[in-house]
Amino acid sequence: MMAALAGIGLPEIVAIAMVVALNAYVVTGGADFGGGVWDLLARGPRRDDQRRLIADTIGPIWEANHVWLILVLVILFTAFPSAFATLSIVLHIPLSLMLLGIVLRGSSFVFRAYGARDDATQRRWGLVFSTASVVTPLLLGTIVGAVASGAVGQADGLLARASAQSPATVPSFASVYVTPWLAPLPLAMGVLALTMFAYLAAVYLAAAARYEALRNDFRRRAIAAALALFVVAFGVLAVSRFHAPRMTDALMYGPALVLQVAIGVAALAALASLYARRWRLARVTAAAQVSLILWGWVVVQYPYVIPPSLTLRDAAAPRITLQLLLGALVAGGAVLVPSLVYLFRTFAAAGRDGTAASDRAPT
Amino acid sequence: MQMAISLGFHIVFAEIGIGMPLMMVIAEWRWLRTGDVAFLELAKRWAKGTAILFAIGAVSGTVLSFELGLLWPGFMRLAGPLIGIPFSLEGAAFFLEAIFLGIYLYGWNRVAPRAHLIAGVIVAASGATSAVFVVMVNAWMNTPTGYELAADGRLVNIDPVAAMGSPAMVQQGLHMVLAAYAATGIAVAGLHAWMLLRGSPPKLHVRALTIALLVGGTAAVLQPLSGDFSARVVGETQPVKLAALEGQWATQASAPLRIGGWPDERREVTRWALEIPYGLSLLAYHDPHAVVKGLSAVPRADRPPVAVVHLAFQVMVALGSAMALVALVAGWLAWRRHDLTAHRPLLWVLAAITPFGFLATEAGWIVTEVGRQPWVVQGVMRTADAVTPMPGLEIPMAITTLLYLGLGTIVIMLMSTIVRDTRSDT
Repeated sequence: MMAALAGIGLPEIVAIAMVVALNAYVVTGGADFGGGVWDLLARGPRRDDQRRLIADTIGPIWEANHVWLILVLVILFTAFPSAFATLSIVLHIPLSLMLLGIVLRGSSFVFRAYGARDDATQRRWGLVFSTASVVTPLLLGTIVGAVASGAVGQADGLLARASAQSPATVPSFASVYVTPWLAPLPLAMGVLALTMFAYLAAVYLAAAARYEALRNDFRRRAIAAALALFVVAFGVLAVSRFHAPRMTDALMYGPALVLQVAIGVAALAALASLYARRWRLARVTAAAQVSLILWGWVVVQYPYVIPPSLTLRDAAAPRITLQLLLGALVAGGAVLVPSLVYLFRTFAAAGRDGTAASDRAPT
Repeated sequence: MQMAISLGFHIVFAEIGIGMPLMMVIAEWRWLRTGDVAFLELAKRWAKGTAILFAIGAVSGTVLSFELGLLWPGFMRLAGPLIGIPFSLEGAAFFLEAIFLGIYLYGWNRVAPRAHLIAGVIVAASGATSAVFVVMVNAWMNTPTGYELAADGRLVNIDPVAAMGSPAMVQQGLHMVLAAYAATGIAVAGLHAWMLLRGSPPKLHVRALTIALLVGGTAAVLQPLSGDFSARVVGETQPVKLAALEGQWATQASAPLRIGGWPDERREVTRWALEIPYGLSLLAYHDPHAVVKGLSAVPRADRPPVAVVHLAFQVMVALGSAMALVALVAGWLAWRRHDLTAHRPLLWVLAAITPFGFLATEAGWIVTEVGRQPWVVQGVMRTADAVTPMPGLEIPMAITTLLYLGLGTIVIMLMSTIVRDTRSDT
């Protein structure tokens, strides 16, 4: 642990900033996608109220939440350009599909909010919105899984060897562009991401609901999702034993082990606070649980950006770029963090004082 | 190509994201100052349109930032450390815009009127700022600075700050921001002129027309000046692009300005153009006898597709001039204390030029991007070397095109219902 800390330099600091941004995206933007999942699964006598609560909750904030992803991307291509290039070459297909999901989710959401009020139109855009909300997290998790499993790095190696040698050794299309991500471990991580996001959303929605019955709907869903998350997480571990033994070994050692214990504690605390109807605490602990899972991946992968060969330091941009980037991030943060707090403060009251329904999107 | 389509799609929404907030804020400010409820009504209606268009702009912008890597990984590997800084600043400005737009759109009853107005001002300001940052990147691609080229083609000793202030930066930034205000202002003026012609109650539309003309018209009149500035910078830094713009094949002193015409790439002549003697030398270098470098000075492999660039340039200038002219006439009429909103011929003309600004932007964008070919970074990297090695790129391109066509259609349908709504209940 101490040895790892001693090795922290500029590339690591920038990388940490990037993961913090990703973390922010997961607990805010991720939950917005989770909201779409519950929109798809809306059931029972309060189906319409469930959907309205979801739309009211994510309406004012989803665009700002979404920018975290752009921030992650910008840090990645500024500070670690070769990692970005490798990712975008090998994972062209899932990344493009994820973009499709992002575009359809966002546009169908506004089309539904501002489009015709008749049921057919609302249902149609609602279906596009919720389907895209399911597919996008699946792909996001799959992409992370493909990187974590080392398959992306190996595919990049194939490409590099092919361009160095004769064209006769050109690897097959599938081996570079398909199999790295269409594999058990990446797909399992896709399911993990989807479950995490749905879980977060259910917890947030339970906290935001305006009356008791609606609150209970989402409380039940949150507890079910929490249990599902346990099952899926163990599923991912089981799959990784077969498909990425290196990753499994790293999970069972040192800091990762500490994190695993912390994840377990956060998970139990979240379940307990849901059970005890301590909503605020439930939100914090659930977000902590999901964040710790993310950091678990980061710790396991360190010092690689793209295992098994490309390290943070190898991929890092020149020092001057990292310094300027860090400066820009600090300056941006000084403006953005208070603004974000203001945004959330302004709309956090929406759930409690019951006025949200009347002053939502002017229609 | 896919990059071109995505950018061409995004640029329209980005412009609206810059132009609309300014007008919204002016309307709201007028309401706060005068207490005239029609202004408030107007601000709310404009906000509604902005909400839809901004969301599309946000998602299409996300697509673009990914596509930089998906389509041009070679470019990003080369230039990421250099141009990432303006991109991250743009990210911050965009973030700010998104946050305060959320407050603006959903916070009418939630924050104090003054705070609400300030939120709008922040949206407008950060929209314009983020455009400038993005244009910095494009300016760098046109006139790269802040690096040394190593023997293996990589950039060393980079200086991202110098790269942000590349020679084309000031003129391109200015031209883009003005274009955004002109295009949006004129388009909105056109729509409201149309509503007035259709006989909707004038209360709202008169106010709308005034604000939109003030913003769009001023920008449209200033734009030719900034265009002149641009032409001079291009003449200095990218002579091949200038030659392509003008269909100038031979290097010559006292070069004429060609209006219209068709450049024949095989024979290396531009036919059927109206030639104004000394015009080009005068415009580009402010000297009637200046020598203008021709396309034949560089090998064929280093020339852009001349016909496309020349044609796009003519279209841009023609549309821009038309807008400036209409704006001047409107300004003159207002000066003479005519009631513009009752002046039916002017309303007809305004309605007719509604899409001109966006068309001119697309044409101008073709000029700057196609005019730089075959380079992605002028003189440093060819587009062919930037493109991803993945085969079968036609498929994602077809999907992107279809998706954008679909989205564009839906947005137009939605906007037209909103505009019609404006007519029925005012």
